[in-house]
Amino acid sequence: MATRMSDARRTLNQSVRIERRSATLLAAPAVLLLTVFTVVPILFALTLGFTNAQLLSPQAPQFVGLTNFSRLLGVGEVTLHAQRDPQGHIVTAPNGDVVYERLNTYTSINSKYPNLRGKEEWFRFGENRQAGTVNVVVAGDPLFWQSLRNTLFFALVVVPVQGGLGLLLALLVNERIRGRNFFRTIYFIPTLTSMVVISMLWGFMYQPSGMFNKVLQHVIPGFQPIDWLNDTRTAMPAIIVLSIWQAVGYHMIIWLGGLQTIPGEIYEAARVDGANKWHEIRYVTLPGLRHTFVFVLITITIAALGLFTQINVLTQGGPLGTTSTLVYQSVLHGYQRQEIGYGSAISFVFFFMVLGIALFQRFITRRIDQ
Amino acid sequence: MNRTWRFSLPVAAVTLGLTLPLLATPAQAAGSQTIQLWTHNGGNKQELADVNAVVKAFNASHKQYKVVVKAFPQINYNDAVVAAAASKQLPCLLDSDAPVIPAWAYAGYLAPLNLDPKVVKSINASAKGMWKGKLYSFGMYDAVVGLVTRKSTLAALGLRTPSLAKPWTLAEFNNALAKAKASGKYQYAIDLGTGWDGEWYPYGFSPFLQSFGGDLINRKTYRNADNVLNGGKAVAFGTWFQGLFANGYAPKRTDATMRDNGLVNGSVAFSWNFFNQTQFDALKGDMIVLPPPNLGVKPVVGGGSWQWAMSSSCNAKTGANAFLKFMAQTKYFKMFSDTLSNLPVTAAATKVSKVFGPGTDMNIAAVLSAKYAVIRPPTPAYPVIAKVFEAALKNIINGADVQSELDNAVNQIDQNLQDNHYYGF
Repeated sequence: MATRMSDARRTLNQSVRIERRSATLLAAPAVLLLTVFTVVPILFALTLGFTNAQLLSPQAPQFVGLTNFSRLLGVGEVTLHAQRDPQGHIVTAPNGDVVYERLNTYTSINSKYPNLRGKEEWFRFGENRQAGTVNVVVAGDPLFWQSLRNTLFFALVVVPVQGGLGLLLALLVNERIRGRNFFRTIYFIPTLTSMVVISMLWGFMYQPSGMFNKVLQHVIPGFQPIDWLNDTRTAMPAIIVLSIWQAVGYHMIIWLGGLQTIPGEIYEAARVDGANKWHEIRYVTLPGLRHTFVFVLITITIAALGLFTQINVLTQGGPLGTTSTLVYQSVLHGYQRQEIGYGSAISFVFFFMVLGIALFQRFITRRIDQ
Repeated sequence: MNRTWRFSLPVAAVTLGLTLPLLATPAQAAGSQTIQLWTHNGGNKQELADVNAVVKAFNASHKQYKVVVKAFPQINYNDAVVAAAASKQLPCLLDSDAPVIPAWAYAGYLAPLNLDPKVVKSINASAKGMWKGKLYSFGMYDAVVGLVTRKSTLAALGLRTPSLAKPWTLAEFNNALAKAKASGKYQYAIDLGTGWDGEWYPYGFSPFLQSFGGDLINRKTYRNADNVLNGGKAVAFGTWFQGLFANGYAPKRTDATMRDNGLVNGSVAFSWNFFNQTQFDALKGDMIVLPPPNLGVKPVVGGGSWQWAMSSSCNAKTGANAFLKFMAQTKYFKMFSDTLSNLPVTAAATKVSKVFGPGTDMNIAAVLSAKYAVIRPPTPAYPVIAKVFEAALKNIINGADVQSELDNAVNQIDQNLQDNHYYGF
């Protein structure tokens, strides 16, 4: 008896050991590749953020501490005074605006105020027309704050809409209807197409003489064509629409995978209990998709925060910075302007922001996932 | 247990097979010395054919060197080159857009060229890449933009035809645009090619800035942009430029159709753009290329196109230099110019050029380039200046405050100059 027990244990131990060994072996290639091509570059990038490295330069990078970060995140405030004519009256422009002294007096890189050097106007507040003063908040990089806001806005819209739409499509193509494989394929095709190609095609459709304007002109008489990608009000929404169109198929497939893990017996049981279609979705389908929900939420969020390709192809962050994003700005500095140290500082901030958001989402969804 | 192994062994084998090549170094070709040549014209059949023709002739004339061509699509070319430079894998020979040559030379990626001084002298200044008094590159062709319109347009709008001796003034140019708009015959008075992102902005629009009397950087010292890019003349330029869009004379972002065909299909009255024989033919004698307007100081057009250079890491410099020497012959200057309809870069090539020779329609291109071309500032800071200027101009086009945009641009440029210890200036 005892011998047989220990025999069994030995066999068990042995199989656990073998399983562990093969698990390690199977994971090794992925771990190796991830380390070499992801972890190490990330560590490099994070370190570069503390140097003044230039992409193509004979000058060796120097450690500059937090300089890049203070340039990126630094803010300050200046009170500007109105220009006055010889009689001491405040000068106004033809449109009635008060004409103020030039901000660059304070913010030029040679100014006598070290903490304002190189800063740019972010926004103004508290204008006092009688006294002729206005407060200007200046930032080392106002485009960073704008990019941050744009990125968060994009994610806030895309995450629920793309996730919800994906679920809707998944529910539709999960029905036993004729030609559902055809619809699944149709919805999934954009995902298989390169984002660059899709951006260019949508770029044509968004042109003033493009398809959207032509269609709208037919539907609405007297419709004035909109330059969708070059109007500060429509550029970001236009990017959002095309982004969702491209990626929704992918999440449809994920949702579909989730749907098909729900056993048919549960639906049958629900129907026996008198559930209607809505009850089925509400009390069987949605609870059955909890794990999928967490996965979809986190992957869309991370993808949305990394918005880059569409911007790079279509708007280059314009008009007036309304479509600039953190990743785009980091590439712009690090690569195009060759200020790789500063670009790395931006990605440093971005990295921890995404990490923070992902951990937060994990925290609030942990109960759902249990 | 067995099942686990049966499954994991092939997986491990395949993975190993996939990763091994990544670790192995590529084998070196033996025999005659191979010289790698990279070019940007992967998407341009004719230009690639020209490069191949020169390479073929050179390889046939030598035993000890063999030039091997690798063509990239233009859109990826710069990335490939920068990545190769950063990892010290540059090919011996490569072509590059003219204004970045000083940056490359400064960074130590290029070797100075050793050509016959007579040949060097014969090449137009705008087709030579110089740094610290040494020649680092030369172009087989150049390009030039013009203010293109139709004779019938000038007549219909009652405008004086400007001559080389007496180009339009700022007031005349503004008047022409206002009249073109008022005529109601055109979708826009002028197309400025604003849909072309990147290098077009400094190439196409810094001539206007220079014509006003401003510039991208102080060309006396190359140590500051302050007072040059944000001084009174630059602000006057910015305000005028912003007005072109605010007044509805020009589209804020031209689509490719209007940019390439707007003049011929009549959707614009004027076009500030490259021009070619095909357009002359399409408009049957009605097309006319006007000299750039004098907006204050002098008329200016941009200069400098793709140029050939040799890397400093090249292990066959003698052969690479011999190739460039071989290429710098009148017959090849003529070939590149004739087949591509690009401006020849020597007087001898212009004289024999089928497209640009004396008496041809396109001869005006050679005249404009010789008379008015100003190259983009030859400083290693240029790639940064170009990006900063592009961003500032786009904001100005979209209505941002001109003075503060230019101030910001200046601060960004000057900060970069300071960070780089003025690039040795």
